[in-house]
Amino acid sequence: MAAFLFSRFLQSAVLLVIVSIIGFTVLNLMPGGPLSQFALDPGMTPADIARITEQLGLNRPLHIQYLEWAWGMLQGDWGTSFRDGSPVTAVIARHVPATLLLMGSSTVIAVAIGTWIGIRGATHRYSGFDYVATVGAMVALSIPTFWFGLIGIYVFSLKLGWLPAGNMYTIGDQSVLNYLHHLIMPSVVLALVHIAIWSRFMRGATLDAISQDFVKTARAKGVTERRVVMKHVVGNAMLPMITLAGVQIPSLLTGALVTETVFTWPGMGRLFLDSLGYSDYPVVMGLLMFSALLTIVANLIADITVALVDPRIRLA
Amino acid sequence: MKKTKETGMTFTRRQTLRMMTAGGAIGIVAPNLLGKPAFAQTPPSEPTGRVVVGLSQEPTVFNPLMPHIETDDGVAFSIFDALFRITPEGEIVPNLATEVPTIENGGLSEDGLQWRVKLRDDVKWHDGEAFTAEDVKFTLELITNPDFRAWRTTGHDLVRDIEVVSPTEITWRMEEPFAPYISFLTETFIMPEHILGQAEDPNDAPFNQAPVGTGAFKWGSRQAGDNVSLVANPDYHGDGPYIEQLVFKYIPDMTVLYTQFRSGEVDLVGQAYITADNYAEAKALEDRVVTLEPRGTLESIYLNQALPVFQDKAVREALYYAIDRKSIIDILYFGVGGEAETFMPSTSSYFNPDLPEHSFDLEKAKSLLDEAGWVPGADGIREKDGLRLSFANSTTTGAHLREQAQQFIQQTYADIGVEMRIENLPPAVMWGEFWGQSQFESAMVGITYLIGADPDVTNRFHSDAIAAKSGSGSNNAQYSNPKVDSLLEEGAKTFDTERRKEIYKEIQAIIREDLPFLPLFRYVNVFGRKAGLEGFEANSNVRTESSNAALWYWS
Repeated sequence: MAAFLFSRFLQSAVLLVIVSIIGFTVLNLMPGGPLSQFALDPGMTPADIARITEQLGLNRPLHIQYLEWAWGMLQGDWGTSFRDGSPVTAVIARHVPATLLLMGSSTVIAVAIGTWIGIRGATHRYSGFDYVATVGAMVALSIPTFWFGLIGIYVFSLKLGWLPAGNMYTIGDQSVLNYLHHLIMPSVVLALVHIAIWSRFMRGATLDAISQDFVKTARAKGVTERRVVMKHVVGNAMLPMITLAGVQIPSLLTGALVTETVFTWPGMGRLFLDSLGYSDYPVVMGLLMFSALLTIVANLIADITVALVDPRIRLA
Repeated sequence: MKKTKETGMTFTRRQTLRMMTAGGAIGIVAPNLLGKPAFAQTPPSEPTGRVVVGLSQEPTVFNPLMPHIETDDGVAFSIFDALFRITPEGEIVPNLATEVPTIENGGLSEDGLQWRVKLRDDVKWHDGEAFTAEDVKFTLELITNPDFRAWRTTGHDLVRDIEVVSPTEITWRMEEPFAPYISFLTETFIMPEHILGQAEDPNDAPFNQAPVGTGAFKWGSRQAGDNVSLVANPDYHGDGPYIEQLVFKYIPDMTVLYTQFRSGEVDLVGQAYITADNYAEAKALEDRVVTLEPRGTLESIYLNQALPVFQDKAVREALYYAIDRKSIIDILYFGVGGEAETFMPSTSSYFNPDLPEHSFDLEKAKSLLDEAGWVPGADGIREKDGLRLSFANSTTTGAHLREQAQQFIQQTYADIGVEMRIENLPPAVMWGEFWGQSQFESAMVGITYLIGADPDVTNRFHSDAIAAKSGSGSNNAQYSNPKVDSLLEEGAKTFDTERRKEIYKEIQAIIREDLPFLPLFRYVNVFGRKAGLEGFEANSNVRTESSNAALWYWS
């Protein structure tokens, strides 16, 4: 176990360095830069822009800028946002709660419904339900989220007036009920795609488990069908789902770009898009490292969990 | 859902009609007017209610001395005060100062070098401290502090020997006379010396995230990525505020911004306003006041004067005649856009209304070119002395309306035997060296010429301001006219407003004659607010719609 953790740690460190170098280079290769938004500002002379470039240290060679940034990161200093002047960690911390709320609720919906559809589809294979679920999943996966979002807003906000057209809360009313009211549409829209993914994976995993010998044995022993499915089939089908969760969990914190834009949700996805738009390099780099770290940690946890749950797997 | 009640004094057509009907029989036809006689249209005695301003870009910079964008200005104008402010008519009036310094009142010396500004004695910072001349001194010095990441330094870098004469009086000397400085001071917000002056590093002081000003509203709270909320300052020295809470709400998508205005979540559509394609629908909405407000930005085709074909004045004139700009405005821009002949905004008091009006006249264009000796060659494109009348036009790739306008113009130019090739570039390339160093042949561009509403355009039209030649300046058309140069130099040193008006009107006339750029239209914004939000006044001399939020109230 210790050897496994050590080698994973080394791998992760190398991975992080590579990700950061690629990210930093690509960002700085983008034409424009953080001060290009001032290029057409009548009051800012080229001399003003040159002065600020100098003050921000953006005129130094790229590798020097990178090394300085990396040295800061190693010491826990993520840098300062160009756009709002506060530390990158504070900027991220300000946007995490909104994303966690949205992604958390949509994941709960997606996992619950997706798992149920997947199991039912597998146990009632080629039934009407299975066909509807399969076609539904294909439709949900192939239609872009923003389309669902806009249709939802048109129908439920503009025409029916049941749900708000966006935002996390009504300004002036920040009650729990108000949050929930605003949460319904974005989390359901976001869940649609995830239900599709979860149900397909769950169906496949269940089908794999259902044809195993131990299931036949259980049936032969006269175990009730319900118990066979719940204990023997689902229990084993859950294993690959842990790995899937490992891949999906990081998005709980990194957010949903499109949904957050359509529903004016002040989360991490919006932050990423806005920071890119402003060429706010420190924040973009911070978000990149944040999601890389999360992905690495979540995968590690998933691997360890699978090993703990399934005694046949040994980490080495 | 609606906070608003319909009353009579708003000027939607429907309501005006109702008022007219009610004229003869008040109280019968319009019972909702009964409770409030017309003269009760006054602000409340206590700040009440809330206004939500929707913005399509997020305000994130709350220290307005640092580099920031238009949407940050709404917060700045509400929290801070400058020494002066500028009215929608372009007049400069005192704010923290008690009078506008002029040569007559002794505020300015004859040569324009010595400035003396008298300050109000009744202004308090939001934390209760008194505002004094020390704060003004601190602010002006901070801007030119080499360690401070200041936004604009033009004008400020000429200030020397700042002296605090008394808590209500300050003097300084200018290195050279610079008349536009008074306009710049309407956008130079005064910072508290007792807070920011004590900060270790003013670039990332905690103050920048929770500013303390003298303005009509105090800092409330910020939900990053969503909104900034300000609360009324009961001790404000000026009129207002009449609303209790002022919220700037960030809505990243323009369509969603409009949708939330329709659904009532947004009371006032701010920066970047309602898109032109939604104008017709918005106008018809109930309980909403939707208006067209001209802006200081002019869309035009820049002709690079270094290009041999553009050195012939007949060519420039013919090209102007051959643009069907009325159709471009009406068809492509939904009729939102005003015809213009000059860089000077029509709302400026320096605007010259007597310039010759453009007409779309292909025959006139052809005869001008014929007379100048440009004759059609084998391929139908005119030539003269071996030079083909062909040039490239560039703008930002993906700017759909501009691309369509280019095609429109390309066709009418083909009709008069001129070839215009469309060569568009991504924004960062287009507005980088290609534009700055005048490497384009012609460009379709929207430019705001005035800084802080001052008519000085030296940076745009003086022959010393050609970056490709002198290394600095924004005279991208490489326009050069000695007469304009000397007028610009005189204008920057002249403090007599009437004389300045003559100077800048003459400059406009000469530039209209020379045509270094072909004006297409003046930008017009579609403003929208809920009926019942009173006291709102559009001011094209500032960059934000929210510069007078102190006077807003719900009727």
